[in-house]
Amino acid sequence: MSTTIVQNKEYKNKQKTKDNFISAIIGFFAFVWIFPILWTLWTSLRPYNDIISYGVFSWPRHLNLDNYFQAFRVMGLTKYFLNTLYVMVPSVILILFLGSLIAFVVSRYSFRFNLTLLLFFTAGNMLPTIATYIPVFWLYIKIGDLFGNRSLLYNNYFGIVLIHVAFQVGFATFVLSSYMKTVPKEISESAILDGCSVFRHYWNVMLPLLRPPLAALGVLMSCWIYNDFFWALILMSEDSKRPVTSALRQLQGQYITDFNLLAAGASIVAAPTIILFLVLRKQFVSGLTLGATKG
Amino acid sequence: MKTAAVNKKVRSRRSLSRNDRFTLGAFVGLPTLLQVVFLWFPTLITVVLSFTYWNGINVGDIKWAGFANYKNIFLGSPVFYDALKNNVVWLLWFTFIATPLGILLAYQFDRKIKGHQIYETIFYMPVVLSLAIIGIIWNFMLQPGGFVQGVMGRDIGNAVSIWGNYSINSYVIMAVASWRHIGYIMLLYLAGLKAFDSSLREASAIDGATEWQTFRKIIFPTMRPVNVIILVITIIDSLRAFDLVYIIYGTSTAWPLLNILAFQNFAGQGISMKGAAYSVIALVLCVVPILVYLRNVFKEDLQ
Repeated sequence: MSTTIVQNKEYKNKQKTKDNFISAIIGFFAFVWIFPILWTLWTSLRPYNDIISYGVFSWPRHLNLDNYFQAFRVMGLTKYFLNTLYVMVPSVILILFLGSLIAFVVSRYSFRFNLTLLLFFTAGNMLPTIATYIPVFWLYIKIGDLFGNRSLLYNNYFGIVLIHVAFQVGFATFVLSSYMKTVPKEISESAILDGCSVFRHYWNVMLPLLRPPLAALGVLMSCWIYNDFFWALILMSEDSKRPVTSALRQLQGQYITDFNLLAAGASIVAAPTIILFLVLRKQFVSGLTLGATKG
Repeated sequence: MKTAAVNKKVRSRRSLSRNDRFTLGAFVGLPTLLQVVFLWFPTLITVVLSFTYWNGINVGDIKWAGFANYKNIFLGSPVFYDALKNNVVWLLWFTFIATPLGILLAYQFDRKIKGHQIYETIFYMPVVLSLAIIGIIWNFMLQPGGFVQGVMGRDIGNAVSIWGNYSINSYVIMAVASWRHIGYIMLLYLAGLKAFDSSLREASAIDGATEWQTFRKIIFPTMRPVNVIILVITIIDSLRAFDLVYIIYGTSTAWPLLNILAFQNFAGQGISMKGAAYSVIALVLCVVPILVYLRNVFKEDLQ
């Protein structure tokens, strides 16, 4: 008996040393991982002239936030941030709203096409974006012409919102419907017995119960839409109307020589999602994992 | 029991008032319409366009081409095979190197190894960054005057081109892509592991199994459903790969991928429906993994 305990202790000690070793190795890689981000921050705090005259690894002679003020002033980031909000806020609200509608119907009412609908929405989220590019571009112009206003969808925030919604609503549907399966059916049955209309059943009974996945999805979707630069690059013809990530892409070409200024710009644009992630990590994780691993 | 359930369903459908049926119709119809019009319909049109000649300007100019675009791609465009090769390299790298590393990290973090919370945050951080920012960040590392050049002892005057060096740019691109992918897989797998029954692990530890044996013989096999989903996500992401390379090279074919070629033919000078054919090829390759994914995720519902 006592020998097994000793052995066990020995084993545990050995495992402990091993774990410390593993932790050290992972720690090293974690440093490698975060290094490019730290390097960008470091670059953003130094004036360009310092690097030119003293080299990349020179001891910093001036460290300040000048590049940040400069970035806001010269690049006009405030305007682009506003553009992002115009796209992001309506998109996220619409995605959550429409996704919850489908998820609600599919999980609470039994129609013949429930599963087909769910499969179709989930698959839609996985289609390669590029395959839709030419027709979407054309559709936007044609629909605009149909209503006598070419920039009804093209070169309009509304158009960017619509395409985000069309692409992401499938993911929201999938996450919300798998969450709704865990909500007891009895709640719905009693609501129906009490003579609740379909709308009240959705709005007053189900929607409040969906708060946790809606919050998680809201965080995740905000991050995704904030980060997307591709659609705005294609469907917005005016530079000044582009959201901040697309604008950054343009500015990269413009300020390629002053990369300390660009570093400050990139840091400013990265800040919202990083802060969002650090503060709401739980929501992030649950949003992703509800979507990816649970049926 | 079953008939009772069926009866109940039938009754609940019959008992819907006209108003309710209208509401339900709107609930389903609105999102479906949006998805059909802006996602499925355009995809279908691209498939049709891939069989035509068109310069993208006037709808009236569309001419039927049969398989000419495909023939051109398969027989007359060596760049297609370069792209295919790169997509396969991407796929193999992600499947055999990046994804297993993500799984390994998840496993170590699940064991609550020292510092695991900070590590988790760090490894996931690249995933929340926009690719527009990732492109800039890695330029700071690699461009003339950047960190790597500095380490190599080259200042701005005599810098070497890293993105343009064909013998190493595949590795560089894979490294940057993995920088994002590993954290993503780590997080997904970690969530799967949280649902894992820890008593199994304790039992195997008492039996004297090493950590590696426990992982290989007990945890990995029990995680099979998650493994399949992660593998399929990896495959689909590799076939859809576009953004990162676009950020680095734009529409040039310095490091072609199927979707880069598609976009190049859509957005470069001289729009050609070869682009549609390229994107259809990428789409077709995605179909099987997407179906596998759906089958796994909706396993219970499909039965």
